[in-house]
Amino acid sequence: MSYVRAFAQPLGAAAVALAAAAGLLALIGADPIAALGALAAGALGDRIALENTVVRMGPLLLVGLGVALSFRCGIWNIGGEGQLYVGALAATALVTRGLGAGPGAVSLPLALLVGAGAGALWAGIAAALRVRRGVSEVLSTILLNFIAVLAVAWAVHGPLQEASGAYPQSDAFPDLARLAVLPGMRRVHLGLVLAAALPFAVWVLLFRSAAGLRLRAVGLSPDAARNAHVSPERETTRVLLISGALAGLAGALEVSGVTGRLFENLASGYGFTAIAVALLARLNPIGVLPAAFFFAALASGSGAMQRVAAVPSVAVQVIEALVILFSVSFALPKSGAR
Amino acid sequence: MIDAATLLLVASTIRLATPLAIAALGELVAERAGVLNIGIEGMMLTGALAAFAAGAATGSLALGCLAGIAAGVAMSALFALFVLRRGADPIVSGTALNVLALGLTGVLFRSLTPPGKGIERAPQMGELVPGFNVYVALALALVVGVILFLGRTRTGLALRAVGERAEAAHVQGIDVLRFRWLAVLFGGACAGLAGSAIVLWISDTFVEGMTSGRGFIALALVLFGGYRPLRIVAGALLFGAANALQYRLQAAGSAIPYNLLLMTPYVLTLLVLALFAGRVSGPGDLAKPFRARD
Repeated sequence: MSYVRAFAQPLGAAAVALAAAAGLLALIGADPIAALGALAAGALGDRIALENTVVRMGPLLLVGLGVALSFRCGIWNIGGEGQLYVGALAATALVTRGLGAGPGAVSLPLALLVGAGAGALWAGIAAALRVRRGVSEVLSTILLNFIAVLAVAWAVHGPLQEASGAYPQSDAFPDLARLAVLPGMRRVHLGLVLAAALPFAVWVLLFRSAAGLRLRAVGLSPDAARNAHVSPERETTRVLLISGALAGLAGALEVSGVTGRLFENLASGYGFTAIAVALLARLNPIGVLPAAFFFAALASGSGAMQRVAAVPSVAVQVIEALVILFSVSFALPKSGAR
Repeated sequence: MIDAATLLLVASTIRLATPLAIAALGELVAERAGVLNIGIEGMMLTGALAAFAAGAATGSLALGCLAGIAAGVAMSALFALFVLRRGADPIVSGTALNVLALGLTGVLFRSLTPPGKGIERAPQMGELVPGFNVYVALALALVVGVILFLGRTRTGLALRAVGERAEAAHVQGIDVLRFRWLAVLFGGACAGLAGSAIVLWISDTFVEGMTSGRGFIALALVLFGGYRPLRIVAGALLFGAANALQYRLQAAGSAIPYNLLLMTPYVLTLLVLALFAGRVSGPGDLAKPFRARD
């Protein structure tokens, strides 16, 4: 795999998808140039737009990283959305009901850990079903998404609803349990630094460690891995737990860094966008950084596109789907290969 | 003597089970030919929108129904193009198709119903007796047809051979890709028909994302039914009954919170998969790509 192709294919897939989307916009009678221009301006036009895009990158980056990791192992974790919601739910429960206004130095890191742990547990259900009961993780993770989204809806209408009872949302996080905004920034928070560092850690894990080798071996051929005394069941469980933890952490970062409380539709669609992120990155952990930026820009520019050019923001999902399709129809690396 | 409440529950069960059964039987044929189609959720959704648009524009049930089928076929052709022609991964492609359907139906629905204009209604399919209409008849015909086709015809046997051992079928002179194409298009037609039933029978308008996982439940039903048509229908009825009960509880103002009741079908599907999926052995070459060697 030459370096030229490694860059040319994702760029090609993104370009073809954007062109196809422009064609579609023209079909429904919108001006594609104006619409995509409004989208670009809304995502990158000024400092505030750019910060919004970077803030949106966080969850896409983490969930996409988990997806890339699990796809490398031949495990189809489609459940990033549910794992993110459960992470946000657990972190919120801890902060607003467990610790209250406990010491921030403890409660913030604890909330992030609990979020990651909850995401891992949620994915662990799919792992247990797959390893013990032979249930395909594709179906179980999708079903767990629906359940997690409904669990958040139930929580914010019920046990976690704000004290005033006015809206279906949780109490606001106390300042001590919120991630600090970086100096000189309006919205970019400390959690994003952590999120931006993790791709490098995952890269080392995947390509420079024995654990990563085992994981990729299972992705290439479970039978060959078994012959080499690598248990596909154990790797399946491990990779689902890690990718669930990444998504759960994303949920915890979202409530403690961005929204400051839990509500319905917290991050709707992020789970699927993350799959597009991982595939555009060609399942490379470092590649997830630019890919997440691309999709974050699409998402944060979509509002401006709707306001300025009257194109519904859901049009962005069409671009996402096309990127996925065009990325997989160019040759992807075999799930375990480099 | 059956009381009126039970009768209503039975009718509601059949109403909710029918789209599931239709979509699952279509998926069964596709999987028997060796193609795993995760995208039927999106195909149902597209079918639902097409049925709504055509039904509301013309007032014709038949045209709404046909538009639903056509939309399902079109989406499945796109799926086949990527999976069968380009050899793309079926799981990733199916997932992409679901996202595409969400976006596409969202854009089209919003451009069909500009703000300010009232919500349009699609025409409604009546029922001859509670819980029986053309859709139920079609579903019954589909069950019988699929049983006879897969079990009693040479073509059906050839299709199963394609799913079981593509290479062997190819050596026998069977055109593997042609069978798979047709099976996928058939599955898409069924999904589109199921989607049209949701709009023209169960709900009288389109709502974004309204299929809410029915396509995935249909996929699970194929496993639950162990690839046998009658058991798949039995599974669909079980899900219909669970959902009908859940709606009844909602309407009766149950103490169980609404959002927890809404979880019922998904939790039930997971339980069913945990109990039955491991024992089922699907077609041998399911989801394996095929390329003819010269």
